[in-house]
Amino acid sequence: MSHRPTGAQNPRDAAGVAAPPATAAMAMGPTESRRSALRLNASMVIGAVLVVLILGLALVSFFWTPYDPGEIDPVARLQSGSLDHPFGTDKFGRDTLTWVMYGARITLLVGVVAVGIALLIGTPIGIIAAIFAKQPWGIWIDAVIMRANDILLAFPALLLAIVFAAVFSPGTGPAMVAVGIAAIPGFARVARSGTLQVLGSEYVRAAKASNRGAPAIAAVHVLPNIAGMVIVQASVAFAISVLAEAGLSFLGLGTQAPVPSWGRMLQESQQFLSTHPELALWPGVFIALAVLGFNLLGDGLRDRFDPKMEARGA
Amino acid sequence: MPENLLEVRNLTITPAGAETPVLHDVSLSLASGERVGLIGESGSGKSLTAQSVMGLLPEELHAQGQVSLAGHDGNLLDADERTMAALRSDIVSMVFQEPMSALNPLMRIGDQIAEVLRIHGKVPRTQIPARVLALLSDVHMPDPDSARYAFPHQMSGGQRQRVMLAIALANSPRLLICDEPTTALDVTVQRRMLDLIAERVAAVHAGMLFITHDLAVVAGVCDRVIVMYRGRIVETGPVDRIFSAPEHEYTRGLLASSDLEATDDHGRLFTLKTALAYTGPRMPTAEGGEGRALAPDDERRDPSPAQRTGSLRAARGGGADGAREKEDRAAPVRDSAPLIEVSDVSRVFRARGMFGRRRSAVTALGGIDFTVAAGERLGIVGESGSGKSTLLNILSGLDRPTTGRVRVGDIRVEAASARALRALRENLQIVFQDPFASLDPRMRVADIVAEPLIAAGVGQDERLSRVEEMLDAVDLDAKSLRRYPHQFSGGQRQRISIARALVNRPQILVADEPVSALDVSVRAQVLNLLTDLVDEYALTLLFVSHDLGVVKHLCSEVIVMKDGAIVESGATDDIYANPQEEYTRRLIAATPSLAEALAAGGRVESGI
Repeated sequence: MSHRPTGAQNPRDAAGVAAPPATAAMAMGPTESRRSALRLNASMVIGAVLVVLILGLALVSFFWTPYDPGEIDPVARLQSGSLDHPFGTDKFGRDTLTWVMYGARITLLVGVVAVGIALLIGTPIGIIAAIFAKQPWGIWIDAVIMRANDILLAFPALLLAIVFAAVFSPGTGPAMVAVGIAAIPGFARVARSGTLQVLGSEYVRAAKASNRGAPAIAAVHVLPNIAGMVIVQASVAFAISVLAEAGLSFLGLGTQAPVPSWGRMLQESQQFLSTHPELALWPGVFIALAVLGFNLLGDGLRDRFDPKMEARGA
Repeated sequence: MPENLLEVRNLTITPAGAETPVLHDVSLSLASGERVGLIGESGSGKSLTAQSVMGLLPEELHAQGQVSLAGHDGNLLDADERTMAALRSDIVSMVFQEPMSALNPLMRIGDQIAEVLRIHGKVPRTQIPARVLALLSDVHMPDPDSARYAFPHQMSGGQRQRVMLAIALANSPRLLICDEPTTALDVTVQRRMLDLIAERVAAVHAGMLFITHDLAVVAGVCDRVIVMYRGRIVETGPVDRIFSAPEHEYTRGLLASSDLEATDDHGRLFTLKTALAYTGPRMPTAEGGEGRALAPDDERRDPSPAQRTGSLRAARGGGADGAREKEDRAAPVRDSAPLIEVSDVSRVFRARGMFGRRRSAVTALGGIDFTVAAGERLGIVGESGSGKSTLLNILSGLDRPTTGRVRVGDIRVEAASARALRALRENLQIVFQDPFASLDPRMRVADIVAEPLIAAGVGQDERLSRVEEMLDAVDLDAKSLRRYPHQFSGGQRQRISIARALVNRPQILVADEPVSALDVSVRAQVLNLLTDLVDEYALTLLFVSHDLGVVKHLCSEVIVMKDGAIVESGATDDIYANPQEEYTRRLIAATPSLAEALAAGGRVESGI
């Protein structure tokens, strides 16, 4: 024993040592933590900032806005930006900034409700379909569920909303529900593919071998492991529903007067497009920022929850 | 220095943002045409060393030191990507561990080989097809002409690795780095692959750096061995010396734990801790060593033959000698009625076509017959694709046979109701092959181990105490309860997996290659643990493996499977000593063993 480098003097058995130190397992030690730090990428940061900005606007509007949204000032109508009205005023002399702030509320409300509907209905549908798909006798049930899903997917959200507006009265509620229903197939597809992956894994085989039933496996193993994918989908669906709400309100099928909404602001600014383009600019910019924010956040989260990255880290 | 092909000096690698380096001051050199083995367990830094030579280090790792290669002036660590790209394949190239992920799945393999030739431009374009063909026949690809047009997924693992080798050698590099090239392959394929690598490297007079954790593999192909442990080189020397007179404790431990034929005084495999008593591999010539290494083994087996006997009434087993067993704690059914009875079981898979079109049948199992008595330890051996896993799935009720009868205890598995299956699964538990895939990454260890108990409806307090007890039994401390699987090493994860399997006190334990994904040093510990637990809990063990060495150590009876059928069965020692079938003989011959490899290595050397 001429040479004995430190650390090797008493060769520990690797299996007896809890939580291997950095030197023993660099495959998952420092490199991995480093990688996860790097995964806080630019798109996620920018997306999060934009989302927080929109969220902030909506929250602040509950406590303070420059003016009352219903406050009409016939003298100061169609003004450009000034100290009194940073974003200008509309044809009734209402403050555009106030309206943008109030509009953020509706935008977020529609997003939350629509995504909530889609997530709470779509995810279980996908999981159930996948569970049936894994049974030799259940592939038909899976096929029926997924084809029904495809039919729904083929229905444009706008068309669905128009139908809803025709059947019920046009308004924020039916618009939210319509957008939510239209987003169900996306969640179902994502949940199904994720579930199939998890169900094929060895730890689910182990759970089956330990007598866990399908509901328990879905709750304990599938849900936590597909949560990342579903969150990504939620973020993207949020962006889509923001856009859909704006579009519906623009068409007069969504939020009705006098509730402030970005879509309606756009619609009302149409007639002044040649003379006062900034009236269309502000709601347009905020719609774009909201959509961009949620999309970037979704992209960033997707990178973070990338199954390949995860496999490397696991 | 210029006469050395590769010279690594004081290589230290530190992850960005970390204090302690993962590679300490590594120096090694490789003469032109020399074949060097780099040995160590996972995480010892052997792959990092190779990657720094190839210029493939991940960017977040910071390397210091000097790496120089004949044919290139200056430090390779400072070389830019363009310089490295020119060196790769021309001077140094690499064969990776996983041939499926190292090949482009969308490119025909002929094109992939041609690509390497084209980029480096050593071969005139018009001659490239001929060169590709020559390379493929050099690596003994069956039907090289049509192999050029095959896609990677159409080939077997061994063939893919041949393609990798052909690509690596395409531009006649002077140094070939092999990173565990046979770890993902079957034993029989592994042996052929090793011979092929040795042959090709010798044919092109290249130097070789062969990375592996398996000592027995190195012995056959290398002249010199470098042993790494935790980022340091602990020992280096010629194969013969390292294997016969290891100087460093770790080398000795590694050597001891990879020798499955040697056991210590308690009949247990050597681990790194107990390696001091190890006397070296049993050489056919060294009588003294053989006697000492063998004696405890016999001692262990002799006193309780009855306990271990089972009657393997398969094909030829005839009503063997399973009559009088000791009072066994488990086993309600015995003697006349074996615990597990499998008769004429077959399983045919039909490829699912849309709307029932194009259904082709694949027979995974055909006419399997065997019985297992309570308390028996049965090994099931075969290459991948031999139907072992299908058989396990059927036994554990996760799959149903197409025809035939399976009885486990009182339960007829093939026609079992949901309730009967539940009872079966409480009685029969599985330890899976890959400890990284078989534990839910999002669950804490306590929840993972408790899962069978939840299913069985055990109350929360009792659950916790039984989980703690079980973790203690597999030598994991109570702190592990709150941790997640990724915080454990492979061996520890396999312990968790074993704890989960045994927490509900099953009668039968099915182990599906539980140690094939583990490092050699850890393998011995897990096998020892399994042996202890099987005794302690009076388990009937079904042990599936492609490694005959492991099976020989652990099991009293063995079944050899090939293409979904049982080729041979009987007492392990008999089969091992006197295989009747060609296939069994091949399996045995292919299993790397230290003694054989050394003997073979000696022959080659004396021949030169």
